[in-house]
Amino acid sequence: MLTLRLAGIVTAILLLLSIPLAYWLSYAKTKFKPIVETLVSMPLVLPPTVLGFYLLVAFSPNNKFGVWLEEWFGLRLIFSFEGLVLASVIYSLPFMVQPIYSGFKNLPTNLKEAAYVLGSSNFKTLYKVLLPNIKPSILTGIVLTFAHTIGEFGVVLMIGGNIPDKTRVASIAIYDEVESLNYAAANTYSLILFSITFLVLLTVYLINGGYLTRYFNDKS
Amino acid sequence: MINLRFNKILKANGGIMHLDIDCAINKGDFVTIYGPSGAGKTTMLRIIAGLIQPESGTIEVEGKSWFDANKSINLKPQLRSTGLVFQDYALFPNMTVKKNIKYAQITNSNQDTFANVVELMNLNDFLDRNPSTLSGGQQQRVALARSIVSMPEILMLDEPMSALDMEMRLKIQDYLLKAHKSFNLTTILVSHDVGEIFKLSNKVFMLKDGKIEKQGSPGDVFAKKNNSGKFQFVGEVLNIVREDVIYILTILIGNNIVKVVADESIANDLNIGDKVMVSSKAFNPIIQKLV
Repeated sequence: MLTLRLAGIVTAILLLLSIPLAYWLSYAKTKFKPIVETLVSMPLVLPPTVLGFYLLVAFSPNNKFGVWLEEWFGLRLIFSFEGLVLASVIYSLPFMVQPIYSGFKNLPTNLKEAAYVLGSSNFKTLYKVLLPNIKPSILTGIVLTFAHTIGEFGVVLMIGGNIPDKTRVASIAIYDEVESLNYAAANTYSLILFSITFLVLLTVYLINGGYLTRYFNDKS
Repeated sequence: MINLRFNKILKANGGIMHLDIDCAINKGDFVTIYGPSGAGKTTMLRIIAGLIQPESGTIEVEGKSWFDANKSINLKPQLRSTGLVFQDYALFPNMTVKKNIKYAQITNSNQDTFANVVELMNLNDFLDRNPSTLSGGQQQRVALARSIVSMPEILMLDEPMSALDMEMRLKIQDYLLKAHKSFNLTTILVSHDVGEIFKLSNKVFMLKDGKIEKQGSPGDVFAKKNNSGKFQFVGEVLNIVREDVIYILTILIGNNIVKVVADESIANDLNIGDKVMVSSKAFNPIIQKLV
C-alpha cells in the first residue's frame, strides 16, 4: 500500500510540474533549452544509485542544507517518506515530461496560432485547445510515471532505506525477503507487482489504441 | 484605411529573400495577393496577424498603430482585430462546430452575430458535429464562420480553396463574397486562381521575390494590353483544335465550357492550361431573364 501511495503522490506532483515544463520546452526559444532537456532526461540513463547518493549527501543532517531544511521546514528528507517522494519526483521526471513534450510537438502549430488570432491568452489556449488535444500523451505520461515509481529500487534504497511502514516499498520488500531466503513471500510480492504493472500498461494501450471506445460504441 | 510598410529578411529554401512591403488598403476592399510560391504571400499575412515580427516599419489600421519598430509598438496577435483562415482550416478537433465558432466570439458581443454567421454559412445542420466528420468544403465554411464571427477589422485567407475541387471552390467563393458584403469586411486573400481573383477582388497586389511588383484592379494587373471590352471573363484553355483556316478553342470559364474561334496568330501563342481573358467588344449581348 505504501508503494501505491508513493506512486499516486509522485504522479500527481509530476503532472502539475510537467505540463508547464513540457510547454516551455516545446515553445520557448532560448539557448538554455538543450541544457534543460539534458537534465530532464538524465534520470533515464543515470544509475539510480548516483542520484540517490547525491540526494543522500545533500539532505544529510550533517551538512548545512540538510540542517536548514530541518530547521525551517521541519523536514528530514533522508530515511523518510517525504524524502522518497522528492527523490521519486526527480527520478520519474522524464517519464512524465517526455510524452507530454512530444504531444505538444506533434500538434500542428497552427492550432495554437489560430487560437491566438482568435484572441485567446496563452493560458486559455493551453487549457482549452492544446491540452484537450494531447489527452493520449498525458495519459501515457501518467501511467508510465505511476508504473515506473512502483518499480524503482535503487533511489529508494539509497535515500529511504528499509523502514517498515515508512519507506519499505514493494521492490525493497522483495529484495529483503530474498536476502532472508524467504522465497515464498518474495514470490507473492513479485507476482502482485507483475500483475499491477501489466494491467496498468494494458489499460493505456487499450485506451490510446481506441479499443475501448470501439468496444463501447459497438455495444450501444 | 490600412497602411502596411514593413521589412523582413526571410531565410527559405537555402536563399535569403528580402520582404519589402509598402501598400495601402481601403476599408471594405477585397484585396488579393497573387504571386509564385515563395514570394512571401503567407509571411505577409502572418506579419499582419502578429504571428511574425517584421524587422522594421509600421502597420497602421484605422488610425491605430499595430506595429511600429521605431516606437517599439508590437501588438500581440490576441489584441489585433484580425480573422485568419488557414490553408488546412486549423479547426479545433476537440470541439464541435458550434464550440469552434463560439470560441472566437468575444463574450459581450451579441447572439445575433452568431446566428447570422451560421445562417449565412449554412451551418445550422452541422452545429453539433465534430469537425473531423465534415467534408473539406464544410470544414472551410466553419473556419470562415469562426474567423468572421468576431467581426475582425481585417479578414485574411491563406489559399483557402486550394484543397477543394472546382465545384466546391465556386460555392465557397460565393459564401466568401456574401460574407464580405453582408458584414462590410476588409478582406485579404492569397490566391493563385486568376478566375477566382476576377470574381472576388477589386484590388490585386502581385508579389514577386518579396516585393509588390504590380497593383491595381484585376483587369489592370492581368490584362497585357488595355482592353475596353464590354464583356470580359477569365478562363482556362482546355483544348485547341485546328479547323481549316481557323482554330477552335475550348475554354473553361467558371464551371461553363465555351467554344471560341481564334485565328492562327493567337492560337499559336496558346497552350492547353493557359489562363486567358475572353472579351467581346462590338456586339450587344442578348439578355434573357431566367425563370
